[in-house]
Amino acid sequence: MNTTEAQRSSVQAPADYLLHLADNALILGQRNAEWCGHGPIIEEDLSMANNALDLIGQARLLYQYAAQIVGGGATEDSLAYFRDVPDFRNYTLLELPHSPPLAATARGDRDYATTIVRNFLYSALMVLLWERLTASADRQLAAIAARSLKESHYHLRHSRDWLVRFGDGTDESHDRAQAALDHLLPYTDEFWADSAAEQAALTQGVGVSVAALRTDWNALVDDALKEATLNRPVAARGYITQGKQGVHSEHLGFVLSEMQSLARAHPGASW
Amino acid sequence: MSTQQHPAVPALKEWPLWEVFVRSKQGLEHKHCGSLHASDAQHALQMARDVYTRRQEGVSIWVVPSAAIAASDPGDKAEFFDPSADKIYRHPTFYQIPDEVGHM
Repeated sequence: MNTTEAQRSSVQAPADYLLHLADNALILGQRNAEWCGHGPIIEEDLSMANNALDLIGQARLLYQYAAQIVGGGATEDSLAYFRDVPDFRNYTLLELPHSPPLAATARGDRDYATTIVRNFLYSALMVLLWERLTASADRQLAAIAARSLKESHYHLRHSRDWLVRFGDGTDESHDRAQAALDHLLPYTDEFWADSAAEQAALTQGVGVSVAALRTDWNALVDDALKEATLNRPVAARGYITQGKQGVHSEHLGFVLSEMQSLARAHPGASW
Repeated sequence: MSTQQHPAVPALKEWPLWEVFVRSKQGLEHKHCGSLHASDAQHALQMARDVYTRRQEGVSIWVVPSAAIAASDPGDKAEFFDPSADKIYRHPTFYQIPDEVGHM
């Protein structure tokens, strides 16, 4: 059976589920790309640009596939550049600026500890998620997962390495890493409550129950925090963000306005 | 945070320099491709991966502390290298290569 036949005969993931995965990758990729030209050292500048391009590459594959399912002339570009805030299905964690807590209109210096902690928390989830998705009944999604898994393994290695270096480094690097962790960890609560799209995907055998990954994720996180001499903040019982349901923080609009401005000013433009 | 200068410079002063060697494919030798500052060998390997192999340049990386390399002194150039300039008999160009050998 050739590839096309295999793809045709397999189950297709719900478009909303693909968009959730794609939006995660695109928004974090866009955020990480903000470091381009501003990295703390040139090697990290390149490293973060590589990371951003990996994520945007994952997003492109998922958008291209989602566009086929959505139909109606949808393309990867229309999905990335012509949807608005409530249409995006990324985790709220991924749209936050690279800085300690701020109101959306405030400008703060980018803080590399925030970047690293976020990349660590997300890539620790994605290595588990992509790994399970390689067994998805949707063969095309499984192929995208297999490719993305390798990239996420490296992202986890890179961010974990820096997390340990920051935590176990100087007083300042330790304090910044701890502050970033205290700030960002509550946003990961969103991972564990399945959305309608995730439930639909799970029912069809194409998705993964993220809640079932929680124990493994905790083990990855706790192991790294221990090595980094960082303290896991006590879980707060507060609002659980709902970015993956389209309810976002005030920050996403700013991300989209910058990311989408060129495509919206010149619709259909090409190189 | 303020706009004060963060002490980024000490990193470059305190992190030792590493020489990076990349093997482009199996069977070929590792070739020197550059250097970078890193705090330890693992860190250097990771950064070398991001800096020197992002366009599929390699399948293996070595990093070596630059301080571990003993280098010839540029001042010795005359006595080290000039004497070989007129010893053409050291080049194996006076042999007929049999056809069966092919490319050598």
